[in-house]
Amino acid sequence: MKNFMNNLFGKKNRGRTFSFLMVIAVYIFVEVLTHSFRVSRLFTSLLVPTCCYIVLGLSLNLVVGFSGELSLGHAGFMAVGAFSAVVVSGLTSSIIANDIIRLIISIIAGSIISGLFGLIISVPVLKLSGDYLAIVTLAFGQIIKSIINNIYLGYDANGMQFSFVTNTLNLENGKMLLSGPMGATDTAKISNFTSGSILILITLFILYSLINSKYGRAIMAARDNRIAAESIGINVSKTKTLAFVTSAVLAGASGALYALNYSTLQPAKFDFNTSILVLVYVVFGGLGNINGTIIATTILYILPELLRSLQDYRMLIYAIVLIVVMQMTNSSKLKQFVESIRNKFFKKGEKA
Amino acid sequence: MTFLTYLISGLALGSVYAIIALGYTMVYGIAKMLNFAHGDIIMAGGYVAFFAFTKFGLPPVLSIILSIIFCTILGVVIERLAYKPLRQASSLSVLITAIGVSYFLQNSAQIMFGSDTKIFPALLTEGSLKLFNGQLTISYLTIITIVTCIIIMIGLTMFINKTKIGKAMRACAEDKGAAQLMGINVDTTISITFAIGSGLAAIAAVLLCSTYPSLSPTLGSMPGIKAFTAAVFGGIGSIPGALLGGLLLGVIENLTKAYISTQLSDAIVFAVLIIVLLIKPTGLLGKKENVKV
Amino acid sequence: MKKLLLVLLSLLCVLSLAGCGNSNGNSGNEGGNGGSEEGAATVTVKLGCSGPLSGDAKVYGEAVRNAAQIAVDEINASGSEIKFDFFMEDDQADPEKAVAAYSTLYDKGMQVSLFTVTSGAGAAVAANYDEDKIFAITPSGSATSLVYTDDKNFAGNFQMCFTDPNQGVAAADYMATHFADKKIAIIYKSDDVYSSGVYEKFVAEAAAKNLNVVYKDGAFTSDSATDFATQLTAAQSAGADLVFLPIYYQPASTILKQANDMGYAPTFFGVDGMDGILTLEGFDTSLAEGLYLLTPFAADAQDDLTKNFVSTYESKFGETPNQFAADAYDCVYAIHQALRDAGVNADYNFDNLYNDIVAQFNSMTFNGLTGENMTWAENGEVSKAPKAVVITNGVYVSAD
Repeated sequence: MKNFMNNLFGKKNRGRTFSFLMVIAVYIFVEVLTHSFRVSRLFTSLLVPTCCYIVLGLSLNLVVGFSGELSLGHAGFMAVGAFSAVVVSGLTSSIIANDIIRLIISIIAGSIISGLFGLIISVPVLKLSGDYLAIVTLAFGQIIKSIINNIYLGYDANGMQFSFVTNTLNLENGKMLLSGPMGATDTAKISNFTSGSILILITLFILYSLINSKYGRAIMAARDNRIAAESIGINVSKTKTLAFVTSAVLAGASGALYALNYSTLQPAKFDFNTSILVLVYVVFGGLGNINGTIIATTILYILPELLRSLQDYRMLIYAIVLIVVMQMTNSSKLKQFVESIRNKFFKKGEKA
Repeated sequence: MTFLTYLISGLALGSVYAIIALGYTMVYGIAKMLNFAHGDIIMAGGYVAFFAFTKFGLPPVLSIILSIIFCTILGVVIERLAYKPLRQASSLSVLITAIGVSYFLQNSAQIMFGSDTKIFPALLTEGSLKLFNGQLTISYLTIITIVTCIIIMIGLTMFINKTKIGKAMRACAEDKGAAQLMGINVDTTISITFAIGSGLAAIAAVLLCSTYPSLSPTLGSMPGIKAFTAAVFGGIGSIPGALLGGLLLGVIENLTKAYISTQLSDAIVFAVLIIVLLIKPTGLLGKKENVKV
Repeated sequence: MKKLLLVLLSLLCVLSLAGCGNSNGNSGNEGGNGGSEEGAATVTVKLGCSGPLSGDAKVYGEAVRNAAQIAVDEINASGSEIKFDFFMEDDQADPEKAVAAYSTLYDKGMQVSLFTVTSGAGAAVAANYDEDKIFAITPSGSATSLVYTDDKNFAGNFQMCFTDPNQGVAAADYMATHFADKKIAIIYKSDDVYSSGVYEKFVAEAAAKNLNVVYKDGAFTSDSATDFATQLTAAQSAGADLVFLPIYYQPASTILKQANDMGYAPTFFGVDGMDGILTLEGFDTSLAEGLYLLTPFAADAQDDLTKNFVSTYESKFGETPNQFAADAYDCVYAIHQALRDAGVNADYNFDNLYNDIVAQFNSMTFNGLTGENMTWAENGEVSKAPKAVVITNGVYVSAD
């Protein structure tokens, strides 16, 4: 028993336990709130996208925080997952009546396809580093967006039809799944907060299992000092690929959840700005800090909505918040100040 | 002959990318940061030149000089207020701050100048050079842009190699700590770099807006990203690299649109970039850095 | 860490409880029967709208907000029994933000709506309006997916502007009668729903009508919307003497200038997004000379309604209104007419609002800035003929 408790609350695993408890606590809190009070529509409409961005943030943190590579195209993986999921869900809608099973199948399909793209992109990842790698991920995101912009996919009684660049589809009473820049329309909304929370828990489980395994330690060793890591026999290429593919799989899952929460989905959504947005969440939460990512994503995603009453000034305020927080968290004077207050506070507490 | 026309319009686009990329690459080389707000300084420069010329009726040369002065001050102020306190922080914190500054400039411009497009006046020149009985036309603007770009590149190279401040910049780029020990004022050097980079942004603004005369608060973001790509393409930190990267990017973009596909041109341009980086992992003219144990 | 969690939870609380008090007013009779001291009893209807008030597309959202505000102020100042409480939320023209904006509007008790300003955002919330039974008419969201989908008609969703396919057909029709022998090139924005919607239909119709399209791959995207030299050169070398531009006026102004610089002078032909080009600040209007466009609205029309609207708009906001503004102004008046004819007054039972107003829109005829005798089909599309105009001496002249 003591061992078990130690395993949960010991110094090493405190963060992990806290993550799971936090997600579960917030989930229960929100469920109770939505079922026993009349909560605002805005609140309920933000739940699922927040979950999606948390999963996406966590997956990006694996690359940026744990593997130490800057990725500027993470929205690309999300897009792959999202559009794959829409197609799978659209195709199976007549076969599988149960929404939950369809959702699970779509998310799995989205993650696998996104993972395959992760594998492709990890080829340049192994050869490049630093800003050159960042630009390749940026390029990857742009390419994905541009390609999806040109895909026309539909089905009718005669089966699936596909065309690229120009729409040559001629459907008889069929349904368009993807129509170029219009993207997917009329998607069945089958995501919900419960599935989102479960996806976060699964993501946390995967992340913690990976990080605490020997592979995870290898990933971090390769980040901290590549040469030293190689010299003790770590296959750096392999560990980096592992981090990238895992991250792509998770980003794809988040995209799938996201896509199935909206009735429409356009490729233009997954542009450079979305990648940057998620990067902001990750850096705000702290590189390699899983709980930080969860909390920062939630706060930063909700913040613009809370600022709605400021009308035209809200994005300006958002920008100022970004700059000021970065200054504060990196200011040594401020850190000393907080430290001194904390010392005083805790010392008094101990005496009393 | 149409090929030549495509090539020349590609060079015109490319030289605008190149001037923006020069600003990126200078700042990156010395301060080791990706200044994502660079594109928005260009936007600010465009608006200053626009208002100076149309609202205050200043002559073109004065408008351009005013724009350069404004951008230089803006660049230094941003550096002092937003980036300098983060000198010891991680590069990603600086990146996020730069993104914040970029949002800030865009949104303030929207509030101050309105969000509708304004048409930039013909500050420099109009008309074009007709060759081969009018089969090939090159606008004077294109010539001015390319020539300016080359002059700036040569000037910058001389400045960095010959002057004392230039030497200080190179020293800072190599090793900030050692430079400080040698008595170089690192903070001042970085501020000067920002001043030059932002002044270049104003020149880029005038050329960009003269060639593509739509002035809007978000005008800088896409050329900014393209120029960043160009800088990396040529080898970030390298001044001739920025020029080469910019020109190549413009030419590849236009030739792809002309001969392969307009719908897929973005995808193809970026695919070429990835392939080039796979062959030359530090860009076309980038230095190979040896990592020491 | 605990402190952070506390902050997080309290943030959630604030957000969730913020809307508790004023949960929506559609079901009940919360329209508010105010103003009884003023003499005649009035009723206030909550009119919502979402559109881009920040970001790239801000200019369209602002036009709609300004014009709708003018219409609302006029109605509220008039002797009408029906008053409007108008509020607009920012959706950044993004489907994801549009859902949040819709939810905010719903929380504020919106009873009728101007839908969304842009198509992409509108498609994301079309089903929400339908499910919540809130009547919505969009001034400018021109994609058909706002009012119906392949297998569903959103009964309460209407449009004030032409749909994208209608414009494509109308443009092809016009060219078939007036420019049958011209060689046509098309430059369009391939990642834009509006532009590619018009484009696709136009290409199909042009083929059906045997128009001579010599260059149809003149695509650009938001990432390459600065330089059009390649597309213009290609059009020129293909021998095109008519260039069709189903795009907005901002990139079109650059295209006109670059074509002029190249010495390429075909006939340019735009659709309703081209309206606004003459009032672009700093634009040399001589470049637009001879430009054809299909538009429902001309800011320099001489009828009283347009003159009043334009002068009010200019004096209040210092800009000339474009078609987005005109459509928004018409939307508010059309809603007002429908409410009045449905018998909405201080004693009205708001439970019937949705059905009554939908019934009105299916049967009524409306005269506004953007057309005479407009009617709406069951599926929500407006029937008004796109009028072709040509720019002559810096003004629109009818080109029929």
